[in-house]
Amino acid sequence: MTDVLPAIQAALPTASVELINNPSPCGQHSLLVSGKDIRAVAEFLRNSLGFDFCSNVTGVDWPPRKVKETVTRKESVDGVEKEVKETVERDVPGFLEVVYHLFSITKKSGPLTLRVRTGDREKDVSVPSLTPVWKSADFQEREAYDLFGIRFDGHPDLRRILMWDEFADHPMRKDYVAPDDCEYEPTPHDEILARVKARTEAAP
Amino acid sequence: MSQLPSPAAARTIDVSLGPQHPSTHGVFRMNVTIDGETVTKLQPVFGYLHRNHEKIAEGNSYLAAMPYTDRLDYICPITNNWAYALAVEKLAGIEVAERAEYIRVIVGELTRLQNHVAFLGFILGDMGAWGSALMYAFREREKILDLFEALTGARMMCNYMRFGGCRCDLPAGWLDGARKVVENFPAFLDEMEALLTGNEILLARLQGVAQLTADRAINGGLSGPILRASGVDYDIRKVDGYGIYNRFKFRIPRGAVGDCYDRFMLRILEARESVTILKQAIKDIPEGPIVNPKAKQRGFRPPAGEAYGRIEGPKGELGFYLISDGSDRPYRFRIRPPSLINLTLLEELCLGTKIADVMVILGSIDIVLGEVDR
Repeated sequence: MTDVLPAIQAALPTASVELINNPSPCGQHSLLVSGKDIRAVAEFLRNSLGFDFCSNVTGVDWPPRKVKETVTRKESVDGVEKEVKETVERDVPGFLEVVYHLFSITKKSGPLTLRVRTGDREKDVSVPSLTPVWKSADFQEREAYDLFGIRFDGHPDLRRILMWDEFADHPMRKDYVAPDDCEYEPTPHDEILARVKARTEAAP
Repeated sequence: MSQLPSPAAARTIDVSLGPQHPSTHGVFRMNVTIDGETVTKLQPVFGYLHRNHEKIAEGNSYLAAMPYTDRLDYICPITNNWAYALAVEKLAGIEVAERAEYIRVIVGELTRLQNHVAFLGFILGDMGAWGSALMYAFREREKILDLFEALTGARMMCNYMRFGGCRCDLPAGWLDGARKVVENFPAFLDEMEALLTGNEILLARLQGVAQLTADRAINGGLSGPILRASGVDYDIRKVDGYGIYNRFKFRIPRGAVGDCYDRFMLRILEARESVTILKQAIKDIPEGPIVNPKAKQRGFRPPAGEAYGRIEGPKGELGFYLISDGSDRPYRFRIRPPSLINLTLLEELCLGTKIADVMVILGSIDIVLGEVDR
């Protein structure tokens, strides 16, 4: 990692690449690459740095969250300047993330973790596909599309892989709600019926 | 004189192989287009056994995911346990007890032995030799399953590893039993080889079928025996040296041609190397605790962070990618399934071959659907 980032910056000076620190003792830090640069970075990593083996590709869902921050500001109370501490809630927008774990079989090194983020979780969910660079990403990107709803531009065959084609939702998202048990139960009763009723009444 | 029908070569037929088919090793389906008997297109269809293991694991504690990993590649539950335990140990920086490291190597290599033995039986079945070869193989596999039962209480759903060690110590006399199985194993492999490897039908069905170059194998993400059968010198036991593998002397067999025969022979050669590792491990195993006393199992909360841990499973690189947010449940739990990713190049391997070879090629990859569909 210590020599990969400078090498990328030297070869692709306009690419936006950021080091993300991993607090875990294993120290597998990752590189956050912007969507527009990921293809160029991936091709550079494969062709020039020997990362010929794209082992693992997966999605991660980061729903919108609120972060509490303590802010200090000055305020005059009865003419006296005072420092007041205040807790402010800040909204962090949600996004989807694709994580690639690369290894080098020729140099026997790795893992190198690459991350790409989408703009949000609903509309801007596209990132460039790396299947043209590493064929091994093929099924795994289809899986991330299927379970997370991340669209991979330039993927040769982007279809659902584990769920059936008519399925509408993306089950690995954190806000996914599993269907009611009565869909599978021949005789739905008490508790289950009450839950279905509550949900159908709540829906517009 | 009536006109002859148009030549059959101009027509192609779509065949759906599976999901219920004796040679798909479970519920796996391939949509194959054939021209005469030659495959012109092949689309694998997945998901018949999908239960979203990753979602289930994200809703449970770290320890509760351990028995679920048994159900991934249910032929090799112990190596699945090991890969998951390894990833958690990386995530939280847990040391593994010395004796447990040896036990892990012993049960891990026994798992590899019984997987490769089962593979020999299955691929012979795929070639039409129903029964006999599989029975020979399962007779031997049974002895190893008996050892697992004596150790863990279960023949296949072992749930044996814990963070920082193993669940229980070896029962009295277990090591002697293991030593006996290991010492008799080469004789069984010799017997198998005498019956099989020179067989004319086997050679005709395997040699030169579905050759794969090293470059394509690497780019396609193949791992494990089928990567090495294409001549790539890459074994995670040597490269990462996880556990205590760097203490043992063993060789990494490699294929020369990369065809089905190389993939077949590589399993036999690997099994022989596993026997040498087992002999060393059984000889050197020390006394001591079997789990790191500092490692917490129940109510375990690793600090926030992420880790990717991987092992050389019998079928290839089995990896777990975990993200912790500091709570008692994994925020993200991802399995890197070797069985699924080794199928990436299935279409490429099958194009241009006869439809009867598709089964043999699939058999030579060695998949388990519990892991493909998760």
